[in-house]
Amino acid sequence: MKFKLHIWRQKDRSTAGHLVDYNIEGVEPDMSFLEMLDILNEDLISKGEEPVVFEYDCREGICGCCSLTINGIPHGHQKGTTVCELYMRKFRDGQDITIEPFRAGPFPVIRDLMVDRSALDRIMQAGGFISVGAGRAQDANTMLISKKIADLSMDAAQCIGCGACIAACPNNSAMLFVAAKTSQYNYLPQGQPEKFARVRSMIAQMEKEGFGYCSNHYECEAVCPKQISVQFIAKFNRDYLAAALKEGA
Amino acid sequence: MSLDSKVPSGPLELKWQKHKDNIKPINPANKRKYKVLVVGTGLAGGSAAASLGELGFDVEVFTYHDSARRAHSVAAQGGINAAKNYQNDGDSVWRLFMDTIKGGDYRAREANTYRLAELSGNIIDQATAQGVPFAREYGGYLDNRSFGGALVSRTFYARGQTGQQLLLGVYSGLSRQVGAGHVKMHPRQEMLDLIVIDGIARGIVTRDLTNGKIESFIGDTVILATGGYANVFFLSTLALHCNATAIWRAYKKGAFFANPCFTQIHPTCIPQHGEYQSKLTLMSESLRNDGRVWVPKNPGETRPPDKIPEEDRDYFLERLYPSYGNLSPRDIASRAAKRMCDEGRGVGKSRQAVYLDFSDALNRLGKKVIDDRYGNLFEMYERIVDENPYKVPMMIYPAPHYTMGGLWVDYNLMSNIPGLFVLGEANFSDHGANRLGASALMQGLADGYFIIPYTINTYFSNGKPPAVPLDHPEIKKAESDVKERINKLISINGKETPTALHRKLGKVMWNYVGMGRNEQGLKFAINQIQEIRDEFWHNLKIVGNDSYVNPVIEKALRVADFMELAELVALDALERDESCGAHFREEHQTPEGEALRDDEHFAHVAAWEYNGDNKPIRHKEELIYEFVQLATRSYK
Repeated sequence: MKFKLHIWRQKDRSTAGHLVDYNIEGVEPDMSFLEMLDILNEDLISKGEEPVVFEYDCREGICGCCSLTINGIPHGHQKGTTVCELYMRKFRDGQDITIEPFRAGPFPVIRDLMVDRSALDRIMQAGGFISVGAGRAQDANTMLISKKIADLSMDAAQCIGCGACIAACPNNSAMLFVAAKTSQYNYLPQGQPEKFARVRSMIAQMEKEGFGYCSNHYECEAVCPKQISVQFIAKFNRDYLAAALKEGA
Repeated sequence: MSLDSKVPSGPLELKWQKHKDNIKPINPANKRKYKVLVVGTGLAGGSAAASLGELGFDVEVFTYHDSARRAHSVAAQGGINAAKNYQNDGDSVWRLFMDTIKGGDYRAREANTYRLAELSGNIIDQATAQGVPFAREYGGYLDNRSFGGALVSRTFYARGQTGQQLLLGVYSGLSRQVGAGHVKMHPRQEMLDLIVIDGIARGIVTRDLTNGKIESFIGDTVILATGGYANVFFLSTLALHCNATAIWRAYKKGAFFANPCFTQIHPTCIPQHGEYQSKLTLMSESLRNDGRVWVPKNPGETRPPDKIPEEDRDYFLERLYPSYGNLSPRDIASRAAKRMCDEGRGVGKSRQAVYLDFSDALNRLGKKVIDDRYGNLFEMYERIVDENPYKVPMMIYPAPHYTMGGLWVDYNLMSNIPGLFVLGEANFSDHGANRLGASALMQGLADGYFIIPYTINTYFSNGKPPAVPLDHPEIKKAESDVKERINKLISINGKETPTALHRKLGKVMWNYVGMGRNEQGLKFAINQIQEIRDEFWHNLKIVGNDSYVNPVIEKALRVADFMELAELVALDALERDESCGAHFREEHQTPEGEALRDDEHFAHVAAWEYNGDNKPIRHKEELIYEFVQLATRSYK
């Protein structure tokens, strides 16, 4: 297969970037999208040119490193799939492919396709935890959790922290991320004592980082590689409202 | 130099308690005066940093990722063992201990392995309290599944992403400590050297991956939790950035490297599909709970799997190991699969694969149950291979996955360099010559949550190490060595990329230092490794400079260390003239092709000491089994 690639190149945070065209040939349908970029980079290095910088690591869809927008869609067009698990057989031979970083104000570009997503870590530091030190826990089976609740919590917990939801959102809202993180804990009995504090502190940090609010576009759910449902945003809103009623707005 | 394991005396089940009772704690008010540097934020490093921060130590933690949540522990799929006996099927600490010792083919340190089994239950309690959503039964109790090398059901899991969920638990605890100001996080910083002053570990030299800045950090102790080195094989199930640089640099500063040849090849990975391939993807061992492994009976079979009738199939694991069957340990299952392929009975285009078939389980349990248990693994397989495992059997083949070898540590998890602790996969201690499934997560968390918070005091109770001025000549030298190394790489100006040379090295390692090893092959490999290393230092191509994100320099630094480590792996394999666990010397096998141990000569840990340009020195720590009788490992 061959493709016409248009790749975002940007030297650093303060220099303006632009799309650069590359023709690539000899791509196998069984190659992953990132393996195609590997080949392009090997070729660039051999020619003495700077390779395209992009983030990757596990290459099996779980570390959340990859962060490419392909033809305008974060992680590309295949539903429920990270870029590293997107295969070239899903593209048309000869097709034009535009590759850009995840676009969002709170995700400044570091170089080329690599962005700074540390804002997500800071949201977690604000309240994305259950406060329990090592050694304090009682036997795990003394706390019964119905399968339904455990499954709901697990559905939310699947978030890999990639930030595609934010890049896809017209408001660059981090609501799906925050909702997934709070819901994982807020469904569980062990998450109850800090439930209200958690929603309040995490949303406050989200605001501080410059993310927008949710206005129900549902683009986040559409691009989420783990297909996390917007129902968790509804859950978040309920918890947030309850927190306001309980503790005063 | 004698290696003192510092294993406490007394009955096995009381050793850890007695040891803890004898450790003098540090006054809570004084803890903040001790600076602890932790490298790595996976299960071991992350849990250590969080736990030590919580106790009040002044902790700084380093990762080359942008976030602690991306460490490769995240990719573990199947589960984590614990001797809870929730299933009432006869499990106990002793049984988990014995399974692990036997699984490791009697090459692990008895007391360490027992402690691991003893702490396993606490880990499940801790993770559950943190909100890790383990699978539950309808009654609300925790669910279990089975894993290789065990006859009881003791593996806890969170769908097919137990590693991610446990790591998120660790990350949440770590985030809490960072938010509270007890732990300082240094993301996108890669450790490139260890600073040793007056014989004790005092700090690290790091490189900022965003701008190439070289910086030193000084503390009162250094904890390495930097994972394994299976990427020395180039293609492995590891994430692409996983590397051995931190432990290799520590080795070159005097830390002993133990059992480097103990490298695990995992039986169930998606086979390689092309030269361009960047990594191999693991299919969780948990699949072997319900999947049956088979090959055609006749070599050269050409029919598709669904057209091969039962009588023409060979369920070879069930045939060879009737009591453990498809849940035989990894080394055993991997070698059996290789033997089938060597006999010409492999399947797929390359004939280097065997089937993992779910049709029986689907008929027995229905699609819903299978979907619930393995849904995301099936999806992952289909995305990669483009075949539906509900209809066509999966094809799998062994791939490098885990390294039991690592830096030598004593019972306190301290290396032979005072002040340098090593946790998780980066150390060598608990798994012997082969690790059983679902026990790496267990070890990482035991080390970080429940061992280092106690044993760190064995070092600090001798008093705080003397202050070191930041312009100390050893610090300056370590920094300039790193800068010189980078400049040297840039100045080679050859033709081959770091990846191309890494691939070349990996081929030699896989072919001669992989699943089957022999004297001639290992000697040839050592020769080849030296040649490739020479080529690396004369023909490497680097682009650009060191003042911005430069993935070529990053990769070259890591590959440079793999080039050296590879030789030590091969040398250790050569000198360990026996077969044990995953280390299979073809000269030493039973008539059935099983590993044949030589306890008389090799019931020891080989701990290698760096010796400059000369051959490294092989030290021995005799493995003294006080409570376990060494036996021939049988899974029949």
